Amino acid sequence: VGEALLADVTAILPALVLVGWGVGLLFLTLVVPGARRARVAWLGLVGLGVALVVCVLRWDHPLGGFGGAVVLDNYGLFLSFISIVAAALTVLIALGREDATGDWCEHSPLLLFSVAGLTLVSSADDLILFVGLELFSIPLCVLMARSGPARKAEALALKCFLLVVLASAFLIYGIALVYGSTGTTALPGLVEGVVDESQALALIGAGLILTGLALQGVAVPFYVWSSPWVPVAGLASVGTKVAAFAILGRVLVLRHPSLGDDWSPLMALPAALAMILGNAAALSQEDGRRVLACAGIAHAGYLLVGVAARDEWGLAGLLFYLLAYAFADLGVLAVLTWDEGFRRRPWLAAAMVLFVLSLAGVPLSGGFVGKYYLFRAAVRADLTWLAVLGMLTSLVSAWAYLRGIAMPYFGAVPLPTRPSVLLAALVIAVAGTLLLGLWPGPFFQVAQSATTWSP
Amino acid sequence: LVTVTYYVALSVVLFTIGLVGVLVRRNTVLILMSVGLMLNAANLALVAFAHHFDHLDGQVMALFVVVVGVVEAVVGLTLIVAVFKTRRSVDVDEMGSTEG
Repeated sequence: VGEALLADVTAILPALVLVGWGVGLLFLTLVVPGARRARVAWLGLVGLGVALVVCVLRWDHPLGGFGGAVVLDNYGLFLSFISIVAAALTVLIALGREDATGDWCEHSPLLLFSVAGLTLVSSADDLILFVGLELFSIPLCVLMARSGPARKAEALALKCFLLVVLASAFLIYGIALVYGSTGTTALPGLVEGVVDESQALALIGAGLILTGLALQGVAVPFYVWSSPWVPVAGLASVGTKVAAFAILGRVLVLRHPSLGDDWSPLMALPAALAMILGNAAALSQEDGRRVLACAGIAHAGYLLVGVAARDEWGLAGLLFYLLAYAFADLGVLAVLTWDEGFRRRPWLAAAMVLFVLSLAGVPLSGGFVGKYYLFRAAVRADLTWLAVLGMLTSLVSAWAYLRGIAMPYFGAVPLPTRPSVLLAALVIAVAGTLLLGLWPGPFFQVAQSATTWSP
Repeated sequence: LVTVTYYVALSVVLFTIGLVGVLVRRNTVLILMSVGLMLNAANLALVAFAHHFDHLDGQVMALFVVVVGVVEAVVGLTLIVAVFKTRRSVDVDEMGSTEG
């Protein structure tokens, strides 16, 4: 019994650390006076660091817990790693703004809970993963409500929240129907069950699950991008992708490599649509933040290419690209947060151009190498048309991003900032983007080892 | 004899009522209640299937759904109260667009 309990606890260790740390910070509200609460943010960063160390230590030691409902394998760890890095950069950017002091005795725990939800989704091997999904999105809605002018922020958060709960209702009802037709909630064997049964109940259930995921994946980033407290948008846009592709990758590729051609068009078509529509929408936007929101859709399309390629090459490309996207997306946010005095510095403009080029996929940046891996996997999987379409839309997106993000940035509204903190976020984002672009080999190997092995 | 089909049929009816409520109602409290109805429809289906298969997976799942439903109600009502304080209305149409 003791060993089983130890395995259970170890399997959810990253989430346990994050939730435990968050609850601890919540108690600090009792002792820390209001004026000094911004400093609690640094403790939150330490908590993220501890979770990161746990993830690194558990690498290559796959372990299942709770009767196989949770599997802490490399795939889940890599995705947890991306979410933690995105959350840490989000905190740094938020701290960089002087007006965003806020009550970090509340903000830090909410952020930590949200990331804990992501780590749970990343390593869930059972339909119980919806709990992780809720744990990710509900704290984000509360964070949205607690940021910026109350009148605007709270209404936005409530509307976002209503969509989140509607998405969860679809997801859970779909889970109930799939369970009813297959008799199991565990992911291994689930898709075979749905395909074998191929009765109305199973298909409707699968459709409802996908509807719920898509609704959440589109609604949350869009509302968050229009919220006044921008940094949350960084975690939201990376986090929804982490959650969605944790589920899709695990169900469709890791657990069911034999399914092959049956469902590949089902992923290739949405991928193509997302790439075309996302970039077209980005072209029509003038505001930098809206361009980023539309770019998020297009990038979901590029990531779907990795799933459509249905092998470990595609999945490794997906992981690599998601990491590059996280650095570039949060890098743009860091630069946008900077105030007037620094906007005139050439090195800041250079960093901005680097991030935008990485988002568009221009050589020497992480985004280019990620797209190269993704499209190579697509060509290997006889989806050459998808790779060609991806390259064409990337060309268009370069124009959209440069026009929509980089140009307005030079004339944007100044904000009071703490340069030293923002500089830390910027350095991390630049280092990540350049490292992934100039020295991708080791990172890709790590991503590959995250997709080939599972207990 | 009451078979699992009856339960599932009832849960589909409940889910549909909830979905129609979400789409038709403009009052956020009622929307939240409708979503609650959808979650409970899922619970009914889960428990009925668990009884049908004669194992506990579905019941465990239903337990988690109950917890998630409670969390959603708490956070949702809190947000509604907060919005009501500043806007004197809980109607989604009166919340305006993002510039509010």
